[in-house]
Amino acid sequence: MGGLKVIFKKELSDHFTSYRFLIIFSLIWMVSLLITYMVGTSIRDELSGVTKPKYVFLLLFMSSGGFFSFIQFVAFFGPLIGVILGFDLINREKNEGTLSRVLAQPIYRDAVINGKFLAGVVTISIMMTSIVLVISGLGLKVVGVVPGIDEILRIVIYLVISIVYISFWLGIAILFSILFRSVTTSALASLAAWIFFTFFVPLGAGIAAKSFVPPGEADKTEIILKQLSIQRSVSLISPVSLYSEASSTIIDPTKKTTRAYVLMGPFEKLSIERFSGPLPISQSLLIVIPYIISIVAITTICFAVSYTVFLRQEIRSL
Amino acid sequence: MSVAVIETQNLTKQYGPQKAVDNVTFNVYEGEIFGLLGPNGAGKTTIILMLLGLTEPTSGRARVLGVDPTRDAIKVKGMIGYMPENVGFYNDMNAIQSLKFIGELNGIPKDILQERIESALKTVGLDQDAKKKIGAYSRGMRQRLAIAELLIKEPKVAFLDEPTLGLDPDATSRVIELIETLRKEKNMTIVLCSHYLEMVQKLCNRVAIMIKGKMVAQGEIEKLAREKFGIGQEEYTLEEIYMRYFMEA
Repeated sequence: MGGLKVIFKKELSDHFTSYRFLIIFSLIWMVSLLITYMVGTSIRDELSGVTKPKYVFLLLFMSSGGFFSFIQFVAFFGPLIGVILGFDLINREKNEGTLSRVLAQPIYRDAVINGKFLAGVVTISIMMTSIVLVISGLGLKVVGVVPGIDEILRIVIYLVISIVYISFWLGIAILFSILFRSVTTSALASLAAWIFFTFFVPLGAGIAAKSFVPPGEADKTEIILKQLSIQRSVSLISPVSLYSEASSTIIDPTKKTTRAYVLMGPFEKLSIERFSGPLPISQSLLIVIPYIISIVAITTICFAVSYTVFLRQEIRSL
Repeated sequence: MSVAVIETQNLTKQYGPQKAVDNVTFNVYEGEIFGLLGPNGAGKTTIILMLLGLTEPTSGRARVLGVDPTRDAIKVKGMIGYMPENVGFYNDMNAIQSLKFIGELNGIPKDILQERIESALKTVGLDQDAKKKIGAYSRGMRQRLAIAELLIKEPKVAFLDEPTLGLDPDATSRVIELIETLRKEKNMTIVLCSHYLEMVQKLCNRVAIMIKGKMVAQGEIEKLAREKFGIGQEEYTLEEIYMRYFMEA
């Protein structure tokens, strides 16, 4: 336990004093402020002179304001935070000879990987929390609306989902830094995984849908619906899709399902129509729970693989 | 007769079909500096890693200070010090931070650690450069810092793997002096791996020679000289003895 604490402290201090952290943090901060300001002023202009509707505060996170929304921004660029924090955590130490020196001290080998992962997750948590707080603060000033308990809870859940999502990418980056000796290779492999899940899976989902259900002469609507259904199922193998669906559903109380309306069956449509107003938070949470569990599961699996590979590696290679 | 602090019996390490260490049996006694010699790839570092509990032997057994490193690696690592061939330091730390980090990993209480850091830095002659980033240190200074790490840990046994590699003559003689200090003042038992045979001859009275994973000779330098040349210790160098074993193997 002592070893874990010492490694954790050192890693945390390394993150917060590194130039790469400061650069990415400033960049994300600037973009977030820009998005919030643009969205905030556009909401203020649109709502001037009218009674502000409920849940207007959440628009700060989900409205694009002519650019892109904060949710979309995190879904797209969040992985880069995880990758940048983790792509050289292990192999840099192997190459510099510090890992064998640390492991020669009376600590368990898992203290090293646990300490590094925990420090990364805490760094991500501090980064995301501070950004969400700044957005909320700026939003309060620009829009002039105080969020209610329900809105605050939705933001907190969204924050937790975002931290787990970025931690998944940290786990992927750590795994590559264990598998590859070269720092460049592990960075490239992490970026390749990001590109694959962000661009190729959605593209592949479309192609898969068309190959499984080829366009025919029969009922075109039925074919399109089948294709959309397959496309959606395939795209859900990507953590980016899982995160986007979960975060947009939890932050938007008017969103009653993660599925497109056209894909719903008659009973589902009937059930949805019973709720004319926004969903209570418990209902939104029920909808996204499978997605949250999936993101947590893939993050855990990714870390477990890293952990196993690291513990089984022959010390000569460290 | 001194107590054996390191005992190995038929120690073997196999990587796939290749035996990196092949049936090695030797003892190291309390308070001595034991030289482990051999060309690159002879298996010296693998032996050290097995004795540290950092890698498991394929067969055979080892005991360090009475403890089996395979079963209780943490206990063994707490009692011994290791200076690897290419000592890696965090370049953005200074010497004090680096020593503090190692001290904390060893669970040394804060007040004791502070005293030991000051004393160790003075002993190795780095007290004036203690607040300089390690990235700005010369190779000799880094080696001395590695010895300072051993000093704060105060281990009973230290493994030094090529401690003078790449050092200029002045830095080499300072490291040799420090190794002698470790033995005389701290009563450490030292296992020294080095290609610098002049230093080994000066510091050690017993050596072992390893070639291709096998220990081809071990004992007092005097005894090895008589075995190979049949002459007294004034008329040979360790290099000549080593080369004779090497050529025969």
